[in-house]
Amino acid sequence: MSSGIGASVKRKEDKRFTTGKGKYTDDIRKDNQAYAAFVRSPHAHATVKGIDASAALAMDGVIEVLNGHQLTGDGIGNIICGWAVNSKDGSPMNMGAWSALATEKVRYVGDAVAVVIAETQSLARIAAEAVEVDYEMLPVVAHVMNAMTDGAAQIHENAPSNQIYDWELGDEAATDAALAGAVHIISLDLTNNRLSPNPMEPRSAVATYDDAEEHYTLYTTSQNPHVARLVLSAFYNVAPENKLRVIAPDVGGGFGAKIYIYPEEITCLWASMKTNRSVKWTSDRAEAFITDAHGRDHVTTAKMGFDANNKIVGFKIDTVANLGAYMSLFSSSVPTYLYAPLLSGQYNIQNIHCNVRAYYTNTVPVDAYRGAGRPEATYVVERMMETAARELGMDPAELRRINFIQSFPHQTPVLMAYDAGDFPKILGMAEKSADVAGFAARKAEAASRGKLRGMGYSTFIEACGLAPSKAAGSLGAGVGLWESAEVRVNPVGSIEVLTGSHSHGQGHETTFAQIVAERFDIPIESVSIVHGDTDKVQFGMGTYGSRSAPVGMSAVVKAMDKVEAKVKKIAAHTLEASEDDIVIEGGEVKVAGTDKAMGWHEVGLAAYIAHNLPDGMEPGLKETAFFDPVNFSFPSGAFICEVEVDPETGVTEIIKFTAADDFGTIINPLIVGGQVHGGITQGIGQAMLEQVIYDDDGQLLTGSYMDYTMPRAADVPSYDVSHMEDAPSPNNPLGVKGCGEAGAIGSPPAVINAITDAIGNNDLAMPATPQAVWRALQAAKPVAAE
Amino acid sequence: MTTINMTVNGKAVSGDVPDQTLLSEFLRENLRLTGTHVGCDTSQCGACVVHINGKPVKSCSTLAASLDGANVKTIEGVANGELHPMQKAFNDNHGLQCGFCTPGMIMTGIDMVERYKAAGKTLTSDAIRDELEGNICRCTGYHNIVKSIEDAATKM
Repeated sequence: MSSGIGASVKRKEDKRFTTGKGKYTDDIRKDNQAYAAFVRSPHAHATVKGIDASAALAMDGVIEVLNGHQLTGDGIGNIICGWAVNSKDGSPMNMGAWSALATEKVRYVGDAVAVVIAETQSLARIAAEAVEVDYEMLPVVAHVMNAMTDGAAQIHENAPSNQIYDWELGDEAATDAALAGAVHIISLDLTNNRLSPNPMEPRSAVATYDDAEEHYTLYTTSQNPHVARLVLSAFYNVAPENKLRVIAPDVGGGFGAKIYIYPEEITCLWASMKTNRSVKWTSDRAEAFITDAHGRDHVTTAKMGFDANNKIVGFKIDTVANLGAYMSLFSSSVPTYLYAPLLSGQYNIQNIHCNVRAYYTNTVPVDAYRGAGRPEATYVVERMMETAARELGMDPAELRRINFIQSFPHQTPVLMAYDAGDFPKILGMAEKSADVAGFAARKAEAASRGKLRGMGYSTFIEACGLAPSKAAGSLGAGVGLWESAEVRVNPVGSIEVLTGSHSHGQGHETTFAQIVAERFDIPIESVSIVHGDTDKVQFGMGTYGSRSAPVGMSAVVKAMDKVEAKVKKIAAHTLEASEDDIVIEGGEVKVAGTDKAMGWHEVGLAAYIAHNLPDGMEPGLKETAFFDPVNFSFPSGAFICEVEVDPETGVTEIIKFTAADDFGTIINPLIVGGQVHGGITQGIGQAMLEQVIYDDDGQLLTGSYMDYTMPRAADVPSYDVSHMEDAPSPNNPLGVKGCGEAGAIGSPPAVINAITDAIGNNDLAMPATPQAVWRALQAAKPVAAE
Repeated sequence: MTTINMTVNGKAVSGDVPDQTLLSEFLRENLRLTGTHVGCDTSQCGACVVHINGKPVKSCSTLAASLDGANVKTIEGVANGELHPMQKAFNDNHGLQCGFCTPGMIMTGIDMVERYKAAGKTLTSDAIRDELEGNICRCTGYHNIVKSIEDAATKM
């Protein structure tokens, strides 16, 4: 039917957003609402000698000023990293203490030391300025490559040389031996630039406390409200789970930044109890730049060895990762288990070894940002493949093709067991759409205008729907990675689906409804999706890592299986037929090949009226399921970027960007296309525009949209996007693979490969600003004879 | 404190506001018209765009006290019984994801189309991209926003 799987159904949720009726956290106002403003460190590293709040407390309308000693005194626990990664010598990672309000020391510009609660937001902010904090400044580690040097300031006492872990994956001796026997060795030094996720809705929290019930409610900008409740309860001791309701209403984008439980939410909850007021905090953009977890920030050296036939024989990678001043919730996993297992890319590589050393610096904590580890891995692999093609004198597509994995399942030497794909096919699709054959003529035409054309490839793999829980647990994950669903058929036949996934732009209210409408052959208008409220929805894991379709939807399918079984039993009983003969179609439940039928709504009614159910059957028509996948899903893609560089200015224009993706089964092509467009744009942002910059004192230089370059409409082209559905995931009932991150994962190397092709200099770092491109062009020019 | 009177979405409204009150604050906090969003502090993102006397303005950079007697239209006042063609085009073309920048995009888009029509100029996709200089979206990559505005331009 037209609203089922594969249909470009227009989004059900759009009406409220296009008419200004969306309900975001900052739109909420409680009757007794007060406002929080945080007193933040202006220094990157300092000892806190004292806090004098007397001037602030003397202001009319200031309700309270609270500090970290009071917070810890009330038993509020330190913020934790939930994924334990051990060093290669077996020692545990060095997790430094992180209090929501700093007590003894501040470790980055923006570290909160106190909170002001006042009657208005502007008053709270003015009063926060009046809180006097006595700091004694300490030496600063602002850049990761300075963190391990002799004499570097020590940021956490339990982390000598600021090292968090020294981790490895793969067989180093075998990889070294393979490289020793290689005919060609290609080396590459790469930096993966630090980014700020920048969802357009700044983070916000409204915390309320009911003193009669000793119950808290938190409205918050979260991608995973249940995980927030769990962590707030079990680790931060804010309240027992049954006394804490977390609601994530409409959330304006996440991209990873809204996975974590930050100091502000913890503090607002605690402050609501301390003041017996509802407490609201809404970040402004400047505050977002110094509090939202940043992403990426790797420095990598890589070596790839090839045999005489240009087949890869070994790949060795050494990476330094900057995790910022404290370990954020999933920070440890990003440069390790979400990174190194992806370093085989789409290629048959028998020997891989990756070493990762993670360090503290006096900067904002770093955690998962769209792609999380996989863009970093893809950048290494795909920059390496293009570089190797140039040095080996091969066509870059051909070098990839001869090294592609051709059969499945395929076990890589870095944990992953790829289950399905067709890499040559998607590369072929991309080459055709990009008109690779016509590139030489276009390049010549551009040259006639004095412009430099270049083309770059990226053929990449990702791992989505992080799974299974048991395997993740064995690698240190502190949570299970399943998803839950409840399918409620109402007495009138309409359906509510309660899902642990969370939509903050992904369109679940439409796509989740599509799979239900298709399954029971009912109008999509009869299906509503409920998410984002821990009082309504049972425990679920939320949305990140492109997991909502492969894991979240699969749980819905499992619950629908159970509903269908019960529906057939009821219909068979009522219609006096065999269950095996019952079919559900056209809004009816009928006996195949006869005119005996019940309306879909009549079955619902029968289940609840319960006057005539089979003996022993419970009334009602509501089923729950948990889905824990047996493996990751492995989306893959082939991106081709064509650029034109003005050699006079270094200004680069993306002429065409082609994306061919394998996401398995597509539920809604319209929505999947949108996910790809947005991801590519974030990747182009990383490649050409965006970079978080700290000076040597740890001051953030890119703290607003005047300084941090967000991609705007004129910076990017329209995209040519296509999908291949011939290799569905065998590990979930729909065959879906996840589409949320592919664009951001695959695009940065395609862009840089294209620009470096155009300018004839492979030495170009992200972001490739006009100045960076111009400088690389000058460096590539032969020195003119005097 | 300043007493202001203005027309918002066709209705007369008034209020006493501190002099430093921004129009975005007045709309969101005094009138509870929360469809106008604030996504930055530097007048860059455009989530707060409203129409003042028929012209698109960033309400985060405009003092409410300066607008006594003004005629203001916000996203809540765009639909007139049924969705405006720009609102419908955003739905038809998947021009929004999280929805946070959408009110500003729609207000900017409506003005863009009306201005080009009044000047007798064709609104090309390149022109739309240039006109969106003051509106940032992090979700859509602009592809479908450009399509939405192009589509609406044929129907307005």
